[in-house]
Amino acid sequence: MKMNFAALTAAAMMAAAPAMADLVVPNLSYRTGPYAPGGVPYADGFQDYFTLLNERDGGIGGEIVQVPECETAYNTEKGVECYEATKGNNALAFNPLSTGITYQLIPKVTSDGSTLYTPGYGRTSASNGKVFSNVFNYPANYWTAASVAINYLLAENGGDLKGKKIALVYHNSSYGKEPIRTLEELSKKHGFELIQLPVEHPGQEQKSQWLQIRREKPDNVIMYGWGVMNAVAIQEAANIRYPMDQFIGIWWSGADHDVLPAGDGANGYKSLAMHGTGMDYPVYADLKKYVADAGKGAGAGDQVGGVLYSRGMYAAMIIAEALRTAQEMAGTSQVTPAQVRDGFENLEITEERMEELGLPDFGQAFKATCEDHGGPGKARIQQWDATAKTWTLISDWIEPDMDVIQPLILEDSEAYAAENNIEQRCN
Amino acid sequence: MPDTFFFAAEVMINGLMAGIMYSLVALGFVLIFKASGIFNYAQGVLALFAALTLVGLQDGQIPFSHVINAIFGTELHHFGWTLPAIVAIALTALVMVGMAIVIERYILKHLVNQEPIILFMATIGLAYFLEGLGDVLWGSDIKKMDVGLPQGISETIETVTYNWFGYGFFIDKLDIVAALVAAALVIALTLFSQYTKYGRALRAVADDHQAALSVGISLRFIWVLVWSIAGFVALVAGIMWGSKSGVQFSLSLIALKALPVLMLGGFTSIPGAIVGGLIIGMGEKLFEFAIGPMIGGATENWFAYVLALLFLVFRPQGLFGEKIIERV
Repeated sequence: MKMNFAALTAAAMMAAAPAMADLVVPNLSYRTGPYAPGGVPYADGFQDYFTLLNERDGGIGGEIVQVPECETAYNTEKGVECYEATKGNNALAFNPLSTGITYQLIPKVTSDGSTLYTPGYGRTSASNGKVFSNVFNYPANYWTAASVAINYLLAENGGDLKGKKIALVYHNSSYGKEPIRTLEELSKKHGFELIQLPVEHPGQEQKSQWLQIRREKPDNVIMYGWGVMNAVAIQEAANIRYPMDQFIGIWWSGADHDVLPAGDGANGYKSLAMHGTGMDYPVYADLKKYVADAGKGAGAGDQVGGVLYSRGMYAAMIIAEALRTAQEMAGTSQVTPAQVRDGFENLEITEERMEELGLPDFGQAFKATCEDHGGPGKARIQQWDATAKTWTLISDWIEPDMDVIQPLILEDSEAYAAENNIEQRCN
Repeated sequence: MPDTFFFAAEVMINGLMAGIMYSLVALGFVLIFKASGIFNYAQGVLALFAALTLVGLQDGQIPFSHVINAIFGTELHHFGWTLPAIVAIALTALVMVGMAIVIERYILKHLVNQEPIILFMATIGLAYFLEGLGDVLWGSDIKKMDVGLPQGISETIETVTYNWFGYGFFIDKLDIVAALVAAALVIALTLFSQYTKYGRALRAVADDHQAALSVGISLRFIWVLVWSIAGFVALVAGIMWGSKSGVQFSLSLIALKALPVLMLGGFTSIPGAIVGGLIIGMGEKLFEFAIGPMIGGATENWFAYVLALLFLVFRPQGLFGEKIIERV
């Protein structure tokens, strides 16, 4: 009986483990816990895009992509366990959707030779490829987001923010604190007053912060929130009748579930967008035909087209293109983690390529280099229409102020290099 | 008077209102602890589960639809009907009674005469089980709680205070409703425990299990009763907090806000839960207003515990708790 059980366990493990010839991209996701409303759509979009490639194209370069999922619950320890549990199967790239997990994985992926891809989150200064050889965070990061928000406000105010008050409502965590230095530098440059209002995890009670905003009457509020904090902040803003069109969230504070609980009160709320919104892209027809209608969709299938579903799909698309680049560079379809890292470093996303992929004008074009792992950092602004329950893009791509950000990136990354005895590359 | 004074007064009043929201959660803890000596770690999750069930029933959501869809590839989501809020609340209250029966039958019954720490650990298990069950039953997406409660600034109060003081006070209409509901709950619970047969039985069990059993009071029935009432209180807390922040899994963390309230007010006093909530709410908001900006803000979570600990130094049993004297 013991033998039978052991044989059964071994068979189950073999069935669960990806075939060695496949390309393996683990999905470190969170479908449970307080942050699941953000984790579920992202994981579904990520999974569905690879399913589409497998079903429609037979994978990438003829190789099926395996996407083993591991539940992190947005918990750093579990995230590291997931990394350790999945890396052994020739895993090629990791995308944990958590800044806390990212910080823990940076040294691990670097020593293991695999790749960490953190679009729009994680350690901002990882965009310096000279120091962070195995981490990529293009097309944009937390600091470029802060700068894009300020540049948008500059454009809205005739290029002058002097004497204006801008409040930053942020998640009191390493993530939420990321934009502070950038905004401080920008406030010196443009002459606006920065009011900092931290919100404790999870952010269900924000009365103090919004009473402060009601009193200070800032001209604009910028939010770096995640999870329930977003929905509560938007509700509180509506409660104090703060003008919603003066309230801008980062792209992690601009999903459907952030605005829906506030109902009509959320009308006009804005957020940054690092990719397109809505389902008006040809790729969705293919997703319907090859994934949803074929009964192969991830999760419950009810997240398709949402903001965070699109983001998960976008992350998968970038990883897929990096794998394709790696295959072309290596001259073989069965690429190794080291070759995939090279693929990420030589990735070029053009307008034409996005059109071929059924995502015209969905993301920004960029070309990675040995030095630049961060991309151009542009973003657009989207606005919520509470009646139609849709986001609408209301701006073109806005450039960040790299004159301010680049020195900050160099300072932070060089300090990291010094602390960890990292010899800079790309010389 | 200076603007800062009125702002401080506004912060204080809003702190009191926030404190009442904490008290709503703390009440459930007190009820169960008072009647059975169990610190119910699952009280926050009970509020989450009740809110999830209420919204699910109201929206006609099919239970387990996520699992069914994932296994069978179906696209089931809703029955296609919606229920009036009052009907959904009544049905959810019934579900909470059913849950009390199940908890008593499958958990508590087997733990009679066990150490309090064993019962406490059982409620930890119950909390995680219920959180998982809620996820599987209703899904993990954020849901809008819409039972018709008013929300947003009370314009009447704003106008009246502006006319009186030249400063319009912000008070959330939802907080006013919460205060009224909390008052009604405390009155109802007091009347129930003082003037009804079962209320007196409940107090007898709270005083001495053995003595209550010896006069024919069924401990099992009392446990079902008290868990049902705590379930109903959790439903009320779930409605209030769900209206405030949407129904999502962070809702279970409101228990963390109730703990300092209990430490301060005492684990066995219903008025203590209310007064404790008021002190914690007001204290944390005023501290954030006065000291927060000097030390980087976000002080509310930890300051509530500091305040409770300060009270504990002088009254270890809490403000209204019963003094425990054990003679050797």
